[in-house]
Amino acid sequence: MTQAPAPIHLDHVSKRFASGVVALDDVSLEVGPREFVSLLGPSGCGKSTILRLLAGLDAPTSGTVRAPALAHAAADTAFVFQEPTLMPWASVFDNVWLPLRLAGASRHEADARVEAMLRHVGLDDFRDAVPAELSGGMKMRASIARALVTRPRLLLMDEPFAALDEMTRTRLGADLSQWWQEEQMAVVFVTHSVFEAAFLSQRVVVMSARPGRVTASFTLEEPLPRSAAFRLTPRYQEFCRELSAALERSA
Amino acid sequence: MMRRLLPIATLVGLLAAWEALVRLAHIPAYTLPAPSLVAATLWDNLASLSQSWWFTVKITFGALALACAGGILIAAAFALLPALEVALFPVAVVLQVTPIVAIAPLILIYVESTTAALLLCAWIVAFFPVLSNTLLGLRAAEPNLKDLFRLYRATPLQRLRLLLTPGALPYFLAGLKISGGLSLIGAVTAEMVAGAAGRETGLASRILEASFRTETPKMFAALTLLVFTGVAIFIGCNWLSRQLLGRWHTSETR
Repeated sequence: MTQAPAPIHLDHVSKRFASGVVALDDVSLEVGPREFVSLLGPSGCGKSTILRLLAGLDAPTSGTVRAPALAHAAADTAFVFQEPTLMPWASVFDNVWLPLRLAGASRHEADARVEAMLRHVGLDDFRDAVPAELSGGMKMRASIARALVTRPRLLLMDEPFAALDEMTRTRLGADLSQWWQEEQMAVVFVTHSVFEAAFLSQRVVVMSARPGRVTASFTLEEPLPRSAAFRLTPRYQEFCRELSAALERSA
Repeated sequence: MMRRLLPIATLVGLLAAWEALVRLAHIPAYTLPAPSLVAATLWDNLASLSQSWWFTVKITFGALALACAGGILIAAAFALLPALEVALFPVAVVLQVTPIVAIAPLILIYVESTTAALLLCAWIVAFFPVLSNTLLGLRAAEPNLKDLFRLYRATPLQRLRLLLTPGALPYFLAGLKISGGLSLIGAVTAEMVAGAAGRETGLASRILEASFRTETPKMFAALTLLVFTGVAIFIGCNWLSRQLLGRWHTSETR
């Protein structure tokens, strides 16, 4: 099999930590340039480790990793953590400005871009608020705005909605689907929620824990972005059932 | 309202009880002067006492400024070079745990200028809380934020300016609150040991001088000025902390 390597991939990657824990065992994964892939699995299956490898924050013990963060300019990759991870002392504007600022853009130069991004995520009335003055959902919106402001080629998301209430999570999920559609980027979305994975993804990769391995991969042929009504279709429910069963088997 | 009135009422009550005790039990002024007599003595000696007060204030704030500068610089150096901390932290601890009254006479031998010696003593007492708190703060940056700065390839200077410094600010201010009080204690203690030297004398010398002459009301008058100074430093530090952290840090947002 000779195939041109995808711009984003893991090839027979293993990761063993100094503690002896094997986080990943011979994992191979490809992500297309505009693909939305979810990594679904129980805690301890190495989902987050894959994100850290793709962000260049960790190196694999063996195997090769290819990702924009390892090859190109820093701004090509964005990371959204489970917590909003905002700078508590800085305003919403300053938080979203940060990636551009670190790349050398002054407040004045970045102003239009940051302002547009705040409008995009619905935070334009809160540019001068500090994180302590925002709700959980709004903090996550600010965090996503900060990730998108550089127009990344790869967006890595580590259970970003896990700490939010059900309603906020549903709305942010629909919005994320929309934002992804408008950007030229790939998304790797880590989650342990079958419903979230089924709603958002073009492809879901199911993983098992200790050691982390890929056990199954599903493709969902349903056009994106998907509206909230998709959650009510038999197709969605069938997909959730399939994913639950695969998760069950891999446990 | 309650939070403001209660402590004031307590203080006024205590002073009234003190006044009553002295008057009713006919305690002589050289043993325990009544608050009214202390106030009168303070008023009568205001010109000379305020000169001494100004000297003590200068030493106190000089030492506090040096404690902040020294504490911050040393903490930053320790944070950048861990080996330096391993090497020098024991020295900082030794300076911290040795009673200042015990080293002050030595310092007075080695340092010729009394003012410089007093500053040095007060600094030794005051700098440790700033150092240890700032160091803690520089290390307390959230790991995810550190990763984010790495992902965006921030330079070390950007990291220090945009992440570590604001993150360490609440810790530094907590240290400042302690050091503020300690620098006054250091300034007074050092002068107690050094004694009145040179033209300029601080409040400690005035207390000693008054005690030699059994002018107890004057001792209390000088003491009152010291108390006011300490309280003012405390209030000032709290105000600064509220100004700088009020909007974002949990210690100041209610």
